[in-house]
Amino acid sequence: MKVGLFLPCYVDQFYPQVGIATLELLRQFEVEVSYPMEQTCCGQPMANSGCEKDAIPSYLHFVETFQAFDYIVAPSGSCTYHVRKHFDVIEQSEQVQHVRARTLDISEFLLDVIQIKSLTAKFPHKVGLHQSCHGLRGLRLGQGSERVGTAYSKTEQLLQMVDGLELITLDRKDECCGFGGTFAVSEAAVSAKMGKDRIADHQRNGAEVLTAGDMSCLMHLEGLIRRRRSEIKVMHLVEILNAK
Amino acid sequence: MSKEKILSRIQANKPAARALPDIPAFEFATSDLHAAFTSLAEANASRCLSLTSTDEMANFISVQFPEAKQIASTYSSYKGNVDLQAVTDPSELKQVDVAVIPGQVGVAENAAIWVTEEDCVHRALPVICQHLILVLSKKQLVGNLHEAYQKIQIDQSGYGVFIAGPSKTADIEQSLVIGAQGARSLTIVFID
Amino acid sequence: MQHADKAATFIQNESKTDWHNASIWRAREKRDVAAHGIPEWEHLRELASQIKDNVLSNLDHYLVQFEEAATRNGVQVHWAATAEDHNRIVLGILQKNKLSKVVKSKSMLTEECHLNPFLEANGVEVIDTDLGERIIQLRDERPSHIVAPAIHLKKEEIGELFHEKLGTEKGATDPNYLTEAARQHLRSAFMESHAGLTGVNFAVAETGGVVIVTNEGNSDMGVHLNKVQIHCMGIEKIIPRAQDLGIFVRLLARSAIGQAISIFTSHYHRPKAGGAMHYVIVDNGRSEHLGREDFRNGLKCIRCGACMNTCPVYRRSGGHSYGYTIPGPIGSILTPGKDLKQHSDLPFASTLCGSCSDVCPVKIDIHEQLYKWRQIIAEEGHLNRFKRWSMRLAGKILSSPKAYRRFGRLARWALRVMPSSMVYNRWNDWGKERELPTAPKQSFKEWYQENHPAS
Repeated sequence: MKVGLFLPCYVDQFYPQVGIATLELLRQFEVEVSYPMEQTCCGQPMANSGCEKDAIPSYLHFVETFQAFDYIVAPSGSCTYHVRKHFDVIEQSEQVQHVRARTLDISEFLLDVIQIKSLTAKFPHKVGLHQSCHGLRGLRLGQGSERVGTAYSKTEQLLQMVDGLELITLDRKDECCGFGGTFAVSEAAVSAKMGKDRIADHQRNGAEVLTAGDMSCLMHLEGLIRRRRSEIKVMHLVEILNAK
Repeated sequence: MSKEKILSRIQANKPAARALPDIPAFEFATSDLHAAFTSLAEANASRCLSLTSTDEMANFISVQFPEAKQIASTYSSYKGNVDLQAVTDPSELKQVDVAVIPGQVGVAENAAIWVTEEDCVHRALPVICQHLILVLSKKQLVGNLHEAYQKIQIDQSGYGVFIAGPSKTADIEQSLVIGAQGARSLTIVFID
Repeated sequence: MQHADKAATFIQNESKTDWHNASIWRAREKRDVAAHGIPEWEHLRELASQIKDNVLSNLDHYLVQFEEAATRNGVQVHWAATAEDHNRIVLGILQKNKLSKVVKSKSMLTEECHLNPFLEANGVEVIDTDLGERIIQLRDERPSHIVAPAIHLKKEEIGELFHEKLGTEKGATDPNYLTEAARQHLRSAFMESHAGLTGVNFAVAETGGVVIVTNEGNSDMGVHLNKVQIHCMGIEKIIPRAQDLGIFVRLLARSAIGQAISIFTSHYHRPKAGGAMHYVIVDNGRSEHLGREDFRNGLKCIRCGACMNTCPVYRRSGGHSYGYTIPGPIGSILTPGKDLKQHSDLPFASTLCGSCSDVCPVKIDIHEQLYKWRQIIAEEGHLNRFKRWSMRLAGKILSSPKAYRRFGRLARWALRVMPSSMVYNRWNDWGKERELPTAPKQSFKEWYQENHPAS
């Protein structure tokens, strides 16, 4: 089984440690994983801004870069969702269909494909989980609070495998952090307010570390935290799952 | 002219036919309908009581509404003091302190009671009176709204209504206030 | 003014924003409790959605069936292609019967058609009788929420208003006291009015009746105390069968405010003895919207307001920031169909978090429609020029590995070396309240190459 590591463009540029943690985590389970150097971006920034047409070259490039892999794994529910959901506007060749079907968020890959039962990670901290929306409601990594049915959460399931980690309960289980891509800039006031409220929920409930499956949410929240010099720390889910 | 314009635009624009689904029989989980009804009713700020005779009803009204001057009843075994047949303008009913009306079906899942025009004599009666008493038998209870709609025929009367509590509003800062424009209280009397 | 600007103004009063957010979130929480109490909830949503699919695919037939049944019941049916037609028809009914005082229960349709100012200009007095609607009518405002029109107001503001307009004591703010004052005021309005006008929640094709839900009982007061009753409905309010009400009524109040059912679910089929009953069936752009394949699902909406209550943007920007009768997520997918250019900002007033779609009792794919409207808005040239240009550039850079690498290195370098006064300037909306990420010297790609020389 050949796995291609797919890193969101801003993770590659600004959060290399998240890429490294993903790689190390996959290798812990002896997954044959490599990072195709030609990769760029899934095209979401353009498409969410209404410029899907400008994103199509990125879609085609993505498919070309990853078509040879059995699975394409990303530490991002959002970019994974974009590939799976929105690559429907290009011609659905066999390669495109293969790439769309086989692009997975890391938690899906760990739990559904290689079906891990335990982790060696130790992280003796109080952690608050921010459920990134595209993973939660797009990929259904968990049962959103809106929907009636049996509760589950893949991200929580993974965090519970971490030794010493205490998951705190939030007042609002899965409210959006307000990042939203260009929304963060075009609706800066609402975006910042949403982010502040999200951080406050975590702080109120005693989180030392705020984690999420998408670094984009955390980039926004961290920006707010640093500006206010708050105590709370942000870490991507994989950094915790790979903690030693 | 508008009609033709609208219909022809719909014909031109409507999607391909989609089937109308059958509605399955959803069962109501609780077997004690009366208990379920009562707890829902109380949550809606209604009051429920069980009486064994209509004498007890007269007693209840005189204790509960000692100031009531006008009592209008359409419930056959309890006579009020308002001659509803003589009322021509329903606005006059605003003087009614207590109205007693028989209900037809009670719904356990939401504590709503089906009342029709024929039960009220005047359509306005259950909403314009100050205090409303609906009379029901436990045998008239059903589990959920699907069962209720099976039981009633909505167009049998010119007007029919599910009433689930006293008139209320939360339009000022979401604070619940009982007694908006309609009746200030609802009492559901079970007589079996 | 655009949504973002109005929202920014709204948020300036942070404590009021927090209050607004918390107060509306309570409705969402109550909805959750109510929905989770029904094990078949998701099945009901699916059925509701399928019934509405059937309605939309058969709407012409159902409307005719509805009209025929209603006519048999003695109801007079009028058809209005536009808002103007609707207003003229209502005025015509009133003038023909020499009626000049109307009590109205809540109707988003008449808001959409601007009926009140039209009637007032023609000498008809209109009194909105839903308490929330009456409050905003007295303030000469538009509703900020479709279920709770005055949700943006604090009780102090309402107390002040009632003191001025209804003569309540100065400084009185107790909701019980204020509601009692409104009760007296409205009950006398009901007695003095000449006609009762309502919106419609459901119109049943097979029986020709209309169903209206209220908690206050104001629809029944207005309808029963007047000889003439007028019910105004959009063409999409049709449901095929009486038994379908079981599905929709179970969903509606639970979704709206977590109530098992509204206090009054009124079924009107025939005029009262000696009275007259009218339906005005309104299109006003709906049949055109029906033709938009990606967006026609919006016509399934039953106006419960759950998407507003759940929307993190709506709760923090207030209904008035949307600049249309129906605010929030559902408004943002309906309005571009009305005037794409004017409302081109609304599909962007969302993070696409998707909560609206999951909370919707008829499963409208709201956030997906927002995404699709964005494409159309950009395509038709309604994005601002800077955004359009930067996306075009981004598209080029992000599809070329070489350009991507160069641009990434440059951006990281710039962030590291530029003085912060240059980074955080007035053009940097990100930086108003947030730091930018710290730029590492090495990207992942560079690290990987260094550590995996073979690749």
